[in-house]
Amino acid sequence: MGNYIFNGAIYLIAIVFLIISFVKSRQKTKKVLIKAWNSFKNILPMLLGIVIVIGLMLAILNTDIIKKVIGEKSGAFGVLLASVVGSVTLLPGVVAFSTAALLLNSGAGYIQIAVFVQTLMMVGIVTLPLEIKYFNKKFAIIRNAISYILSIGVAYLIGFILGIWK
Amino acid sequence: MKENKKKTFNLKNFLKQYLFFIITLVLLGILFIFKFDEGLKATDVIVYSFKEMLFVLPPIFILIGLLDVWVEKETMIKLMGEGSGFKGILLAFLFGTVAAGPLYAAFPVAIIFMKKQVKFFNIIIFLGAWSTTKIPMLLYEMSALGFKFALLRLAINIPVIVITAYIMGALIKKDDVIAIYGKTEDF
Repeated sequence: MGNYIFNGAIYLIAIVFLIISFVKSRQKTKKVLIKAWNSFKNILPMLLGIVIVIGLMLAILNTDIIKKVIGEKSGAFGVLLASVVGSVTLLPGVVAFSTAALLLNSGAGYIQIAVFVQTLMMVGIVTLPLEIKYFNKKFAIIRNAISYILSIGVAYLIGFILGIWK
Repeated sequence: MKENKKKTFNLKNFLKQYLFFIITLVLLGILFIFKFDEGLKATDVIVYSFKEMLFVLPPIFILIGLLDVWVEKETMIKLMGEGSGFKGILLAFLFGTVAAGPLYAAFPVAIIFMKKQVKFFNIIIFLGAWSTTKIPMLLYEMSALGFKFALLRLAINIPVIVITAYIMGALIKKDDVIAIYGKTEDF
């Protein structure tokens, strides 16, 4: 729900500015649209591939398997596995949190859940080729590596604080 | 003759561009052959993700186009470039936080920011904010994992994003930053 409202707001902002742009200069607005289309066309092939990889992944890595791997009290090994699963998967936001909630209900600890959510959002192995294309190899690898390491730190900190803050 | 040459060049380019997509299609085909049900499930997810992508991306690319054509480089430098200080960091957080969409949608926005000479530090802040401190996602997280968990994660991630920006700044040398900024002209 929240997502739709925000997306709607972004549409509204884009449309309002586009109208203003059109009123001010048709020539420039044409340039805006060409630019938008070109930027989209530029990454479309890669996005198509990424979308299929997401589909393949979710078909193979279903919640049952994820549950088996990081559910229950799986300890430090569970944290490691959760971080790997989070890094290689790319889930749409809604699916991500409902999966995380499922894991929590099936007995996974907060640290595992936190590391799963953190790496899911910040580390993107599937989108690495895209990131390399936009930035470069060094940038993409360093950003993902730092995000990975810090994700584990954040997860333990969350686990620690939630342990005290009952 | 010249026309012909151009065409073959385009085909080669096309294949190169779509190579990744073609490989994934083949993998999907293999999945269908060996596990038909999983193939169907994958297709469901693909259709869903594709729809989500088509829903999220258009306004982002329109805004990228608008920013590129209408906003002067000087304005962006003043707002988020070298010497923009705390204001620049705050704006980077703000832009990342109000945005919707997966992290990869932030990459082209970051590119246009770099083209307008937004500071490297602020680019990392923006990417970090886009990936973790999103308002719509926060609402989901609260309902799925609890108020405490979501709020705590947000509170911890804000300094972590700043730390990430510092580490990236230290690890990626000036030359690399210049090279990445130079590339933005191609997009």
